[in-house]
Amino acid sequence: MAKRIEISGLNAYYGKTRAIEDISMTIEPRSVTAFIGPSGCGKSTLLRTLNRMHEVIPGARVEGKVMLDDLNLYGSDVDPVAVRRAVGMVFQRPNPFPTMSIFDNVAAGLKLNGVRGRNRLGEIVEKSLRGANLWNEVKDRLNRPGAGLSGGQQQRLCIARAIAVEPQVLLMDEPCSALDPISTLAVEDLIASLKDQYTIVIVTHNMQQAARVSDRTGFFNLAGQGQPGRLVEIDDTNKIFTNPGEKATEDYITGRFG
Amino acid sequence: MSTLNQASLRGVSAGRKVKDRIVQVLVYVAFLLAVIPLLSVLWTVVSKGAKRFDPDFFTHSLNGIGANDAGGGAYHAIIGTVEQVALASVIAIPIGVLTAVYLVEYGRDSRLAKLVSFFVDVMTGLPSIVAGLFILAFWLLLLGFSYSGFAGAMALSILMMPTVVRAAEEMLKLVPNDLREASYALGVPRWRTICFVILPTAFTGIITGIMLAIARVMGETAPLLLTVFVTSAINNNPFQGPQMALPLFIFDQAQRPNDVAINRAWAAALTLIVIIMLLNLVARVIARLRKPVSR
Repeated sequence: MAKRIEISGLNAYYGKTRAIEDISMTIEPRSVTAFIGPSGCGKSTLLRTLNRMHEVIPGARVEGKVMLDDLNLYGSDVDPVAVRRAVGMVFQRPNPFPTMSIFDNVAAGLKLNGVRGRNRLGEIVEKSLRGANLWNEVKDRLNRPGAGLSGGQQQRLCIARAIAVEPQVLLMDEPCSALDPISTLAVEDLIASLKDQYTIVIVTHNMQQAARVSDRTGFFNLAGQGQPGRLVEIDDTNKIFTNPGEKATEDYITGRFG
Repeated sequence: MSTLNQASLRGVSAGRKVKDRIVQVLVYVAFLLAVIPLLSVLWTVVSKGAKRFDPDFFTHSLNGIGANDAGGGAYHAIIGTVEQVALASVIAIPIGVLTAVYLVEYGRDSRLAKLVSFFVDVMTGLPSIVAGLFILAFWLLLLGFSYSGFAGAMALSILMMPTVVRAAEEMLKLVPNDLREASYALGVPRWRTICFVILPTAFTGIITGIMLAIARVMGETAPLLLTVFVTSAINNNPFQGPQMALPLFIFDQAQRPNDVAINRAWAAALTLIVIIMLLNLVARVIARLRKPVSR
């Protein structure tokens, strides 16, 4: 189910501004790949190009190729809505639907895509909530509003919502930056357990987190203010943190800049 | 911290106390000034309207009641107002809400959206008599239809539309972009996102806006005067023949030089206020039941 992503010659623009320049990399299936780098270097933009969420912003466009196994996501006959079903996303701020209960939040993606039947939905909701380590905390109040949960629970609810549609890839845009350390730990444990089934890409500002959860790490940087972001290097996480190939990576990781 | 003068933390200076008092008094005076006319209107309408606020008033029309006779009622006018406003709502609410959806979700900053937005502003400022004249000239004179409740409803819908558009637009703009992205990222198409995520989230506010629009047109007299005509008989069919409406009833009765007619006018005014209050109450209950929970 998990798929390999191959990015080649990817450029992304906001209007006339180029945000990322000529990115090429391979993201392995059933592994966690972390993107690190200073603010504004295009990590999140790159992540959003992987499920065609980048183009939701007015004036934004993408050039280049993203292959999901042997399908080019930017092929002319590809439906962006179908891409987003195959490539799920978890955002920086937890964003459960405020009008829906916990159950309906998890079932939202399924219902909105036409899955019917309370029993069938119930099974998937339970499986997804168990998958997101949230089942035991909410099983007695599935009909309560999703927005009534704590921040950490809301974020795990959003993860459950994302995995309920059984995507092939899961993108996470700084999923823990609004969470306390205990909730962060819960989400990190979750990432570790999800990587058996999914290809996971996570953007993080927390280098310890990248070191803890990821198998491979990509370091991004920008040449200067107003310049597009570029991939400096991508390698096994171990190697990036102990013996990086580039001086800039070492400087960033050891805290000499950024 | 040690440089902080301890005395400066204690007590509020006399100047600030005085200013605080003055502003407080000004705010209360302004509040009272705003409430006095409201209470006085309510009191006048209730005390004068109560005289004829009886079962007869709600079950009889004025058919066959002579110019100086007592009795009779506003049944025909109540039926007319309810039907005309309901028809106007059926026309104006879908168009208004869909226009707002277009402006916020699709048009964004496109030229067409700006044009639509401009004309909505123009329509907001449209004098109500002009809406009536337009229907009179277009529907009655040019197309040759006769006076009917439906013609009045069309005139009212012209007045309702811009209010609904503006209210719905403001509410849709308040829906956080996070929710749209969350829905798109689940692979939900845009139209389903609008129907099942965005509109329900903005529902409470949109209902409030719609209620304001309904309350506004319910009291309109001028456009109806030109389009539904005036009658003293019951006409349940809004599509044929002249109808009556509460504002017209008030206008008609209040200008007659005898007390029984003037008392009927006051009772009709009270009825109108009660109907609007009931509608507001219903809207509030609906809104409370559907209120999104926020932490």
